[in-house]
Amino acid sequence: MFPTPIERASAPTRWLYRAALPLALLLWLLPLIAVALTSVRGQADIAAGNYWGWPTQWQAWDNYAAVFSSTPILRYIGNSFLVTLPTVLGAVALACLAGFALGVYRFKANLLVFFVFVGGNFVPFQILMVPVRDLSLALGLYDSLSGLILFHIAFQSGFCTFFMRNFIRELPMELVEAARIEGASEWQVFHRVVLPLVRPALAALSVLVFTFIWNDYFWATVLIQGDHAMPVTGGLKSLNGQWVAQWHLVSAGAIVAALPPVAIFFILQKQFIAGLTMGATKG
Amino acid sequence: MNPTPLLRRSALALGLALCGALGATVQAGTLVINTDASDPAPKAAWEYLAKSFMAAHPDVTVKINTFDHEGFKTSLRNFLTAEAPDVVSWYAGNRMAPFVQAGLFEDVSDLWTRDGLHDKLKSAAPSMTLNGKQWGVPYTYYPWGIYYRKDLFAKHGLAMPKTWKELLAVSVKLKAAGITPFAIGTKALWPSGGWFDYLNMRVNGHAFHMALTSGQVPYTDARVVAVFDRWDELVRPGYFLANHAAIDWQDAIPAFVKGEAAMYLMGNFAVDLMKKGGLSEAQLGFMPFPKIADLPQAEDAPTDTAHIPSKSRNKADARRFLAWMARAEVQARMNEILGQLPVNREAARPADTYLKEGFTLLSNAQGLGQFYDRDAPAEMAKAGMEGFQRYMVKPDSRKEVLERLESVRKRVYK
Amino acid sequence: MPATGAQGHDGWWQRHQRALAPWLFLAPAAAMFLLYVVLPIGQSMRLSLYDWDGLGTPVWVGLANYVELASDPDFHVALKNSLIWLLGFLLAVPMGLGLALLLNQTVFGIRAIKSLFFFPFVISQVVIGLVFTWFYNPALGLVDKLFGLFGQADLAVLADEDLVTYAIVAAGLYPQIAYCMILYLTGLNSIRPDLIEAARLEGAKGWQMLWHVVLPQLRPASFIAVVVTVVGSLRSFDMVAVMTAGGPYGSSRVLAYYMYEKALSEYGYRMGYGTAIATVLFAIMLVYILFVLWRIYRQERELG
Repeated sequence: MFPTPIERASAPTRWLYRAALPLALLLWLLPLIAVALTSVRGQADIAAGNYWGWPTQWQAWDNYAAVFSSTPILRYIGNSFLVTLPTVLGAVALACLAGFALGVYRFKANLLVFFVFVGGNFVPFQILMVPVRDLSLALGLYDSLSGLILFHIAFQSGFCTFFMRNFIRELPMELVEAARIEGASEWQVFHRVVLPLVRPALAALSVLVFTFIWNDYFWATVLIQGDHAMPVTGGLKSLNGQWVAQWHLVSAGAIVAALPPVAIFFILQKQFIAGLTMGATKG
Repeated sequence: MNPTPLLRRSALALGLALCGALGATVQAGTLVINTDASDPAPKAAWEYLAKSFMAAHPDVTVKINTFDHEGFKTSLRNFLTAEAPDVVSWYAGNRMAPFVQAGLFEDVSDLWTRDGLHDKLKSAAPSMTLNGKQWGVPYTYYPWGIYYRKDLFAKHGLAMPKTWKELLAVSVKLKAAGITPFAIGTKALWPSGGWFDYLNMRVNGHAFHMALTSGQVPYTDARVVAVFDRWDELVRPGYFLANHAAIDWQDAIPAFVKGEAAMYLMGNFAVDLMKKGGLSEAQLGFMPFPKIADLPQAEDAPTDTAHIPSKSRNKADARRFLAWMARAEVQARMNEILGQLPVNREAARPADTYLKEGFTLLSNAQGLGQFYDRDAPAEMAKAGMEGFQRYMVKPDSRKEVLERLESVRKRVYK
Repeated sequence: MPATGAQGHDGWWQRHQRALAPWLFLAPAAAMFLLYVVLPIGQSMRLSLYDWDGLGTPVWVGLANYVELASDPDFHVALKNSLIWLLGFLLAVPMGLGLALLLNQTVFGIRAIKSLFFFPFVISQVVIGLVFTWFYNPALGLVDKLFGLFGQADLAVLADEDLVTYAIVAAGLYPQIAYCMILYLTGLNSIRPDLIEAARLEGAKGWQMLWHVVLPQLRPASFIAVVVTVVGSLRSFDMVAVMTAGGPYGSSRVLAYYMYEKALSEYGYRMGYGTAIATVLFAIMLVYILFVLWRIYRQERELG
């Protein structure tokens, strides 16, 4: 193990380490703690410039109620879910199929196709922006949830295929061969043999894609215009324009917007980190 | 020649199939309106407009889509070319020109002639006319000018400045008293445009300002340089709020309310926030921008408008709607809600002190500007306001700024 | 497992199933990816040779957009800032490693501490951007208070053309450090203890051990940390859009943001010019993409 386990260090060093940890954590999370505190402050604190001291009034209820009742944030959050969940489903489904094709079959163009998926996954969004916008306009899907979802599915299928293909390649191929000898069709091999084995990867991938899509801001601004389909990232940006200097509301809104991915992360932490590193370290 | 014909065609086919599947059709008698009226007062004004129109025209259902103010500016092009609504809100002057030229706005000259709008909407007629035709209906405008702290002026024995010299003298005294003469926040760029408009209109007059914003004069012209000579007299001694590039115009209001700054060149819409910040009418005064050269006064008075997209599917009702908007009593009520001035001269005007003063100012003006970012084409406006902001932060960059603007001008207006 | 499903069909499908199946499985993802990712790259490059306002008909202008870029001061600023982003953002890699080394212990509660250190990464950049904008606000932010200690009160970093880009990069580093940290923590987990112990017996310690024994084993983690950081830095759109919108007077623009501004913002609608900027950005990124692909290719060949 590296570095040397702290248990082997001298007692003072051990205690120092234990004391330093929470302190470092506090410092590290200071920006987020400050936001959390500000979101429960009253207007008086804001006006008096008390941003860093202990709140003199606690107005958590008022602030959050104001965010929900006087802005369309609930709608933004609903939109975010309406975009994120179908995207996760669609991208993961497509990637299972494509990852199976690339992971199980040896055919000539295999590596080339794989490289297109991997390479496309790294392109800067800006090179896609104008054509994707035009395409959405031509499809009549501009400024609609479906238009945004279709793009996200398409783009995420790059990363997801990369992920699934690597995972499937690690599976024991004997199982596939055995099923074929028993006369299983290729679809049955996929459906009955491989799919059950990739379940852990599906969970990890879904959590990851959920976070990516939830936090997307660029495509929301390019493909969505009105409140009716705006996800919470874009919505928060425009609310920020209306809440000039009302930091207690900005903070409350920011926390509301960040809550779903943070909650998912803490609940499904194992899957999330597994996904992040599984997709990454095999690259 | 379209660079993406094949993809577009196939996409269109797919799109049609999808639309068919979704069965999205618009009912007859429905009027779809897209506006950027996302702030409370404009939203209420448009809601009143929709309700009153429906009450008078029970056969039509009005549906308003409200867009975020900044987002609307970029999305307008998209919905005008794709799924067009029946009415859109927009701005007069050069701002509507690209859409008129691209054939995206409907010619409504017939409405103007039929309802006598040339007379009723006289003040805005020039800014609604392009190629000899009218392309929409203006419904509100608002005055610009300097809002100042009467109480602070009195406390320091200052009189309201009427000339440039007096303005400079007042500024010296305020600065000496530890008060920044002018509040401003240029993070969103446009407040710097207001300063340029007024200085240019006062130094060179309205006609020159219009010639400049329509690209006929180089930015390196000696007359433009003269504007910056005056501006220098405010920027170099530090008469503007420090760090103005970091804050929005609303962020500068607390400094004005707290008395850290004494004057604020702004549009009438700022009064609401100033009053909410705690200023009474006894404290808050309004004055015209002082005289510089011996010229007839011109003012900024941006006009908001409504238009019918060429691709609207319900133009008949859209025309009825625009006619309704042009009516005196409708404009009176809308502007009562907005706290702004009706364009229809037969309409009753709001009783607000500042609006009254502003109206007098505008009525006596020799010419009206729509504001820099509406008079100049968008790309020029962006470069211009960015240059003004840069100059205000770093006055030494002035020569460089003007040369840069000139190179942009040459390209934009070619 | 019932194995009769395919047997009733005619021989053709039976014979060709193995050859056709991969293409059928690939088809949906490939079609979507082709339509939304691969083709648009070519279309953008093609459009960069046109002048198009998004309303009328595009006009062929050849390389004129690129010629204009070469002498466009705003483009130079954006390019320079993108390079600052690239280099500055890479700091996340050693900082992430440092944090990982600090946390790679087994004291009580360390799991919770690790995840608390990591969770800024799952928060949207929009939120991070808003939080840091507030931090940097001259009138009330924390950063200002810090500068105040050094007699530099009222310093508006986001309005200072020399500081603004660094300030935004610093904000962007926050979640990125967390990301690199988690990659390294996982990497440290899979380090071979026997090698470490062997090196220890030979007297290797601290930096020496880190450099000669640990880092070589962390190469996969380092590689991926560098890749995601480079990709992240060139995609730095969100932070710039939220924190400054490119200001003051364009001094915090990056290529990604300038492209959007020119092509789609209120003042832009020069689609051809915008796509020319995007093409330059793509060309820079292509170096990294090819590097990554080359590495994967080598790995695949080793695996056979």
